[in-house]
Amino acid sequence: MKDERQEEMMAAAGTAPKPDIAEAQLGEADTWMDKLRTLVRQNKMAAASAVVIVLMILVAVFAPWVAPYDHLAQSLTDRLQDPSAAHWLGTDELGRDVYSRIIFGARISLTIGLVPTLISMAIGTVLGLCAGFYGGKTDFIIMRLADVMLAFPSLLLAMVVMYTMGGGLINIFIALSLVNWAGTARIVRSHTLSLKEKEFVEAARSIGVKKWTIMFRHILPNCLPSLIVLFTLNIPSAILSEASLSFLGIGAQPPSASWGLMVVRGKKYLFSEPWLSIAPSVAIMIVVLAFNFLGDGLRDVLDPYLKEQ
Amino acid sequence: MPQNGEIDFAAFFHNSLPGAPRAGKALSFIMDGAWQKEGEQVLSRVLKRIAISVPVLVGVVLAIFIMLRIVPGDPVTTMMGEHVNPAVIEKISREMGLDQPLIVQFFRYVANALRGDFGTSYRLNRNVTQIILDAFPNTVKLSLLAAAVAWIIGIVAGIVAAIQQNKLLDRLFMGSALLGVSMPVFMTALVLQYVFAFKLKWFPVSGFDSLRAMILPAIALGWNSAGSIARMTRSNLVEVMQNDFIRTARAKGLREQGVIVGHALKNAMLPVVTMMALQLSSMLSGAVLTESVFGVPGIGRLAVNGIETRDMPLLQGTVVFTTILIILGNLVADLLYNVLDPRIREDG
Repeated sequence: MKDERQEEMMAAAGTAPKPDIAEAQLGEADTWMDKLRTLVRQNKMAAASAVVIVLMILVAVFAPWVAPYDHLAQSLTDRLQDPSAAHWLGTDELGRDVYSRIIFGARISLTIGLVPTLISMAIGTVLGLCAGFYGGKTDFIIMRLADVMLAFPSLLLAMVVMYTMGGGLINIFIALSLVNWAGTARIVRSHTLSLKEKEFVEAARSIGVKKWTIMFRHILPNCLPSLIVLFTLNIPSAILSEASLSFLGIGAQPPSASWGLMVVRGKKYLFSEPWLSIAPSVAIMIVVLAFNFLGDGLRDVLDPYLKEQ
Repeated sequence: MPQNGEIDFAAFFHNSLPGAPRAGKALSFIMDGAWQKEGEQVLSRVLKRIAISVPVLVGVVLAIFIMLRIVPGDPVTTMMGEHVNPAVIEKISREMGLDQPLIVQFFRYVANALRGDFGTSYRLNRNVTQIILDAFPNTVKLSLLAAAVAWIIGIVAGIVAAIQQNKLLDRLFMGSALLGVSMPVFMTALVLQYVFAFKLKWFPVSGFDSLRAMILPAIALGWNSAGSIARMTRSNLVEVMQNDFIRTARAKGLREQGVIVGHALKNAMLPVVTMMALQLSSMLSGAVLTESVFGVPGIGRLAVNGIETRDMPLLQGTVVFTTILIILGNLVADLLYNVLDPRIREDG
């Protein structure tokens, strides 16, 4: 009997937060589908960007079938050819097809954009939840750590990590995962601080729900809209960081088809074969632009609060 | 109330001299001793803000120190190559203090750094502080020029876009601003280099010895920030323009230019000013890429060299130096905001 009532109350506590936030921000009828529809209606650029991103992901996944040539196949007789019907974006200094390399490079850029961002945001979310929920010394230590991380210019910090671990894509993964959690932690902490005073958290606490359950089942779902927006906006900066590190020669190593690496290797031929460095740059720009547009659009629909910040 | 025939001086001044009411307020501010109180408040806030920065500074130096020391392998071996007599390696380690416990090394480093000594470069065998000071003026010149480019382009484009809200010019400017934000710095640099240095031959391809040579790197570095400043100026201005006091200003017959320059801009620019200050400091680190494209002998090049040649003291010195500058820059930006916006002071 007692258990039944407790379950009822827990269910009530668990479902309470969603309408709570939804009412405050968007009116009660808004479901995720509604929000998506609003996004498509209000912001054509964001919708178009979403299509571009999906296309890019498909191209990256099916790269071996989409690319006309093997991205590593060298053909020294075909070096530095101009763009033509056979090679849409010409060939590089080793006779490799630039178009195919850009298609394969999408795999690297998108993985770098998605995975380290996900990891760093997961770290940031857990730390932010802990800081906001426990307060006191925990909060102090975590947030001072975040202050230190945020004080670093992120490119320099990533450079230091790359020095320690050496070049290579795996190390970029680790560097970017470790470097970018602090911003997320700050935002999640500020959400947690206001959410933990809400009635539904009090209700959950009063019936003895465990702290971790409150944090992850009751508070975290209410941070999700902000986190999704933040995720979309963090992806392009991760992609740019990888490209920059590879451009500086301390990221991806040859013969990898990383776009940043392609740019720096093409740079030598800038005045004779400009497409070698410009084509991968444009690829980077399109991906970054698409994620920025989508992030802006999502923010307007999901999280007007973040905009004010 | 003045009787018939008398002149109401207060009203006269109020209406004829726009500055008079403010001057009156300022006078009472001084006479009542309020300035003393406010001065104390500002001072305590400044001190508090500086006090917060100190642990961050120490934390940053410590973090860099630890990160650079967990490098696998012995630094001296990395520096000199594998095939060197172990006795020589040991001797050099001792000379450089690398045989001491890490904590001793750290305090020694901090103590030396406070005296302006960042150690000796492994490769160049020169004092790191001297190397940094040689390169620093170039990075400062580049950053300041880039900031000027960013501020001028960004603010003008932002204002025009806000005035022309949702018209062609707005869309054009905001489109290019987003493009500016999304373009990798090295792409801007390469495109500029190709078009203006190689094709049009207006500027030298690389180097940093004349003002003409500095223009392309400055634009390349400032372009990104110009985009974000333009976006921020526009959105703030659009928001401010919806306020009641703007309607009042228009209702009393001010020309639109007067409304924008005299009333709206002043309120819209506060956050932008802070952002501009923040960006100036972030340019110091963004300069890494620009310097590498145009071959500018600045701090960013030093950091990259430090990594390429595995020169730990050089990398450590440049990163510590740059980060400290950035923290100080952010501190100044914060304080500037405090001074500029009395609303924050009142909320205090």
